[in-house]
Parts: sequence; C-alpha cells; structure tokens
Amino acid sequence: MKTSYHPLSKTLHWAMALAIFGLLALGFVMSDMPLSPEKLQYFSWHKWAGVSVFFLVWIRLIWRVITPPPAYSNSMSRPLQMLAHGGHFLLYALMLVIPLSGWLMSSAKGVQTVWFGVWPLPDLLSRDKELGKLLEWIHGSLNWVLIALIVGHVGAALKHHFIDRDDILTRMLPHKNSPGNDHA
Amino acid sequence: MTMHKLFSLTLTTLLATGLSTQAHALEYKSIQAEKSSLTFNYKQMGVAMDGKFKKFTAQLSFDPAKVAAAKATIDIELASIDTGSSDADQEVLGKAWFNTAAFPKAVFVSNQIKQTAPNQYQVTGKLTLKGQTKDISFPLKLTPQGAAGQFTGGFTLHRADFSIGEGMWSKFDVVANDIQVNFQLTALAGK
Repeated sequence: MKTSYHPLSKTLHWAMALAIFGLLALGFVMSDMPLSPEKLQYFSWHKWAGVSVFFLVWIRLIWRVITPPPAYSNSMSRPLQMLAHGGHFLLYALMLVIPLSGWLMSSAKGVQTVWFGVWPLPDLLSRDKELGKLLEWIHGSLNWVLIALIVGHVGAALKHHFIDRDDILTRMLPHKNSPGNDHA
Repeated sequence: MTMHKLFSLTLTTLLATGLSTQAHALEYKSIQAEKSSLTFNYKQMGVAMDGKFKKFTAQLSFDPAKVAAAKATIDIELASIDTGSSDADQEVLGKAWFNTAAFPKAVFVSNQIKQTAPNQYQVTGKLTLKGQTKDISFPLKLTPQGAAGQFTGGFTLHRADFSIGEGMWSKFDVVANDIQVNFQLTALAGK
C-alpha cells in the first residue's frame, strides 16, 4: 500500500505553501502602505503570484486525479477522516476562489491584471467602484477563512505527528518513503 | 440686405474658401461641455490605465474657411482629475505631481492651425503645466455634425518634461513617462 505522496505532489504542496505564505504577507503589507511606487509594484507582484497559484492549483488537481493521495491511516475515526477530507476540499476551493476574487476585484477597480506585465487577463467585469469595494471585502474575508483553515491544517498535521504519532505529517515530507528509500 | 449684396457676400466667401468643401462659412465657437471630454492613457507596471479631467473650459473660434485665423484656448482644472482610484486622485494633487496648490490649471493656447487635408489640421501651441511652458503640436480632426462640429485630437506628453511625478515617482519603471492625452470637443457653430 502506498504510504507516501508522490514526489511531484510534495513539490507542488510545499511550493504552494511557500507561495501562499508569501502572498498573504505581501497582501497584508501592501494594503496598509501609503501610495508609492513600491506599493504599486507590490500589488503587481501579488497579482502575478496569485495568478500563478491559480494555475498551479489546476495542475495540482489534475495531478491529484492521476496520482491519488495515500489513504488515511486506519487509526483515524470515520468522522475525523470526513473532517480532514472536507478541510482539504475547502483549502482547494479557496485556493481557486481567492485568486478569482482578486482578479475580479482588479477588473472592477479598473486595473487590469497583466501576468508578469506581459500577458493580459481579460477583464470579466467592467469598472465599478462600489463593486470593487465589495470584491475587496470578499477577497480579504476569504483570506481570513483561508488563514483559519491553514491553522487547522497545520495544527492537525502536528497533532498527528506528536500526539497520534502516525505518519500523516511525515508522508508529505521530502524523503519519507521515496522510491529506493523504503526503509529510511 | 439686397439680393446684390447677398450675392457678392456669397461670392466673397466662396473665393475666401478657395472653393473648398465648405460652401458656407461657419464659425465653431461655443463648446458643449457635456459632449466634450479630455482623457489620458498611460502604462503602470505594464498595465494600460486611463483617466479623465472632468472640468475644463475652452475658448474656440474656428472657421474652417479661415483656418489661419482660428484660435483655441483650453483651461484644465487639474483637481478635477479622475484616475479611477481616490488614493491616486489625492496623490496627484500633491507637490510631486501637479502641485495644484501652486498650479491649479493647465493651459493650452494655440499659435497656429494649418490645414493638412479636408477636415484635418495640424495645431501648434503652448502648453503650460506646473509652471513650465512648452511647445506642442498635434493633429486635429473635424467631424461636422449638423450645427455642431466635433474636434478630436491627441498627443503624447512626456510627464518628465513638466516635472509631473517627481522624487520617488521620477523613474519610469512603475508609471511610464509617456502619457497619451486625447480630447474630443463638440462646438456649436455660430456667427
């Protein structure tokens, strides 16, 4: 039985974890900055990274279908497995909906999203200040939900490792059970 | 007015226009603010941005039959800017940008208007912005619309030429130097 995630799944997981932490930090910092060239730069970088995450999530979801994750350990009760599953579902949903809300917000605020300053994404909404404010609120609120979920996600992983002493955390770590290293 | 006088007046007009398409002399004078606009476009971090000035006045005397005598003056109230973001609207009033406290208006005064083709003209004049006056030149197109005439034109303004965006904004990596200014003025013809 498969006991560890595929190396590419691990890479995608940790790359996105890093990207999302960066995006969250940048998002909070830039929102509170007074208007300056740096602020406009940070907004552009945040948008470029957000679009990148949006595309990566799709790759990740496709990869997840091709290489399903290892099953939950038998020691987990059925309700707990459902809870974990629901949490993961929500994490994926937010990783798609949050960049989407940012993209729509940009359109409503009249600042088109141009990926890496080169590839323009179509404006799905026309300029509308009130709608822009509403989407800004939605984008921010969804991120607080994401933060809560991440706290739960990390907390659960640590609980599995230190309290339940199972392999839920280690199977997502780089070298655990990689091919040819089964006894490590 | 006698028939004779009317005839001679018409003849004079025809001669004056050089038998151009303008069969009768009209002078475009009063600007219809609600049908006129002054917009600008620029790039910010590679993103096409646009905005407009909501308040400007124009004095125009433009007789297509006497282009050499045509004149235009445009006064733009810089504080009426709409960049699409209230933060930016506030920012550009400051010293680094327009410094509207010291220089509330931009003024364009034409020096010369030349016809280049039917209903096409080249305008040269002086633009005063933030205490600096520079010569600018731009093509102008006239579209007659019944009793009114629609004048459209535009030019590229290099913001650095007028110290628009100083200090931390003076580099062009975030806000480009080239600002495309476009106008559309609708003027009613009068005598």
